[in-house]
Amino acid sequence: MHVTSKDFDEKARAAIADDQLQMGLFVFGKIFPLMRDAKAAELPEFEGLRDSARDIKTNVLENLGTYLDAFEARAEEAGGRIHWARTAEEANSIVERLCEEVGAKDIIKSKSMVTEELELNDHLIDKGYSVVETDLGEYIIQLRNEKPFHIVGPALHLNAGQVSDTFYEAHKKHGRTEKVEDKVKLVEEARIVLRERFKNADVGITGANFLVAETGQIVLVTNEGNADLTATLPKRHIVVTGIEKIVPTLDDLSVFLRILARSATGQDTSNYVSLYSGPRRARDADGPEQFDIVLVDNGRTDMLGTPVEEMLRCIRCGACLNSCPVFSTVGGQTYGSVYSGPMGAVWTPALASVSSAAKLPNASSFCGKCEEVCPVRIPLPSMMRHWREKEFEAHLTPSGQRWGLGMWAWLGKHPSLYRAATNLAGIGLRLISKGRSGKRLATWLPFIGQGWTQSRDLAVPQEPTFLSQYKEGRRR
Amino acid sequence: MTENSSTNGKRIGLFATCLVNTMRPRVGFASLKLLEDAGYEVSVPGDQTCCGQPNYNSGDRESARDFARSFIDQFKDFDYVVVPSGSCAAMAKVHYPRLFDDTDPEKADIDAIAARTFELVSFLTDMAGLTSIEGKNTTTVTYHDACSGLRELKIKQQPRTLLSSIDGLEIKEMEDAEVCCGFGGLFCVKYPDVSGEMVRKKSDEILKTDADAIVTGDVGCLLNMEGALARRGERTRAFHVAEVLAGLDKEDAS
Ligand code: SF4
Repeated sequence: MHVTSKDFDEKARAAIADDQLQMGLFVFGKIFPLMRDAKAAELPEFEGLRDSARDIKTNVLENLGTYLDAFEARAEEAGGRIHWARTAEEANSIVERLCEEVGAKDIIKSKSMVTEELELNDHLIDKGYSVVETDLGEYIIQLRNEKPFHIVGPALHLNAGQVSDTFYEAHKKHGRTEKVEDKVKLVEEARIVLRERFKNADVGITGANFLVAETGQIVLVTNEGNADLTATLPKRHIVVTGIEKIVPTLDDLSVFLRILARSATGQDTSNYVSLYSGPRRARDADGPEQFDIVLVDNGRTDMLGTPVEEMLRCIRCGACLNSCPVFSTVGGQTYGSVYSGPMGAVWTPALASVSSAAKLPNASSFCGKCEEVCPVRIPLPSMMRHWREKEFEAHLTPSGQRWGLGMWAWLGKHPSLYRAATNLAGIGLRLISKGRSGKRLATWLPFIGQGWTQSRDLAVPQEPTFLSQYKEGRRR
Repeated sequence: MTENSSTNGKRIGLFATCLVNTMRPRVGFASLKLLEDAGYEVSVPGDQTCCGQPNYNSGDRESARDFARSFIDQFKDFDYVVVPSGSCAAMAKVHYPRLFDDTDPEKADIDAIAARTFELVSFLTDMAGLTSIEGKNTTTVTYHDACSGLRELKIKQQPRTLLSSIDGLEIKEMEDAEVCCGFGGLFCVKYPDVSGEMVRKKSDEILKTDADAIVTGDVGCLLNMEGALARRGERTRAFHVAEVLAGLDKEDAS
């Protein structure tokens, strides 16, 4: 997984300065959480469903092998084929081989963050295939050569004007010379252009929201229906999905279906929920002739039994992104990873490496809002703290910071020196403070304090520390 | 103020926190007054330092454990430990127990002390049974729910109940009172751009209420919002909830 999170600060600054992006973020960061809260409040059993969802997933993770074996057996009984991929490379070459088998040229894709994680598109395009994303958002960012902005809304950061420009350029070769501005017309244009791709595709690749062990079915939850076309029109349907997506039974699935859309977009349910098992049967009117499922590990089993195991409960609803004050300030592209926001801050170091992604688990004020909304109750801040611990253990923490923390810890063990140091700091602050707004304010601070005074003043007390005044006998 | 007779001379150790100690000493004295008025015997152990959050949240677990050990040393003999900060109280109450395994010799002590540790306002309402505060105050305030207190200790109604019981004091709720102000401990200095933008948005919401003062339960968040408002040239005052409850907000902030 290619990660560019080292540029977080730079990209964050650019995102904050981008007025158009900020407007989009403002609306999105307000509306989605409001809708989610309203939908949660409508359902008296919502909190109970979250508990059940957490418990089901905990059980799955404790018995992952058993459920995956059951899934494999059922899926094969239904005529599907299961392929196990340990790494991204393995997954990509399995998919490549499957495409080769049917002599494919044109591939359509829908609804799969895992393939973004694997960078499957690049791999297939390198091998000479044409690969087109069919979900509108994914399609738009594919044309623009960008990474998804959000796991649920990959193109949420763009406005109609930007989409219009993108389509105008890209669709010329499809004989469309007129520039379309209207939103409805833009969707229509995409639909017309994509229709040809749907008709001609040899292989359809989708992800899966869930895998049902009891029945061997894969489950797709979508709003556009394009995933269903991708799954049913081409002669081969390849499902590429992570092994953690398993749920034991259809009853369990219903629990997740009730919380997923509510948490993600504030809908009661999504427009389409489809369950697939096996290729078309003899009497079926349509459906693929071959049905293949690639079960991807890519670092997931390494998370089992570690403090980030609980992250594998994630159902990719994006609620944690929608409600995160950092995400809604900087947007998804700033994270430099397929997975952004709080969930990405835990997934990315797990799937890539702590050293390449250390910026992400640190980019959180630990406000805890993500944990409050996560439908499967993943303690996201604790998981981020775990990665900070790994970073610290590996001596990757910036040296100034490390030195400061060491100094602070040492003062903690020497209370009289702690008191002396804090008294001294107070005196220093008083010396640099000036009177303004009826207070004494420091408008510039040295060292790490510069970060503070970049956008704020510091109100400085004109009295000695509490502990020293208390020691002198002041009680009130 | 309703005098509580059920306190039976229970002894409280006040943990002042680093920021109260250095940046807002008056919050410490306000806490003393509120707790003593509620009938408790309060003292401030002189060798207290920091709760260890900067180290804990930066991944320096070993040092965080040392801070927890010295917390035990300082506070093990008190009936309660009270902290005028949601985040430092949550550190002791929620996070200290996670720092030690059952095999650690400190485990029993830390669990016991965590159970006896409370944030100031929730202690006054939930433990001391206070429902109102006597006093007069004509200020209009808007209350910011600091994250740790709100989400880790479920402090939401308690400060509002006590504040609104003060004769003449009006609370004007801001939109997004529960949204993080961008302080986040070291986050504010490690990610100054993001944090600065978060507190800018917060300041907008504060200013929209036209309140005279922003009130909150954590000195970190308080300094953050106060400093951002001051940088914008705004005269909105900023108080810790203990200062308002103890009637110390009338004196100018130091
Ligand atoms: S971590 Fe939780 S809230 Fe975030 S995407 Fe995953 S399931 Fe949804």
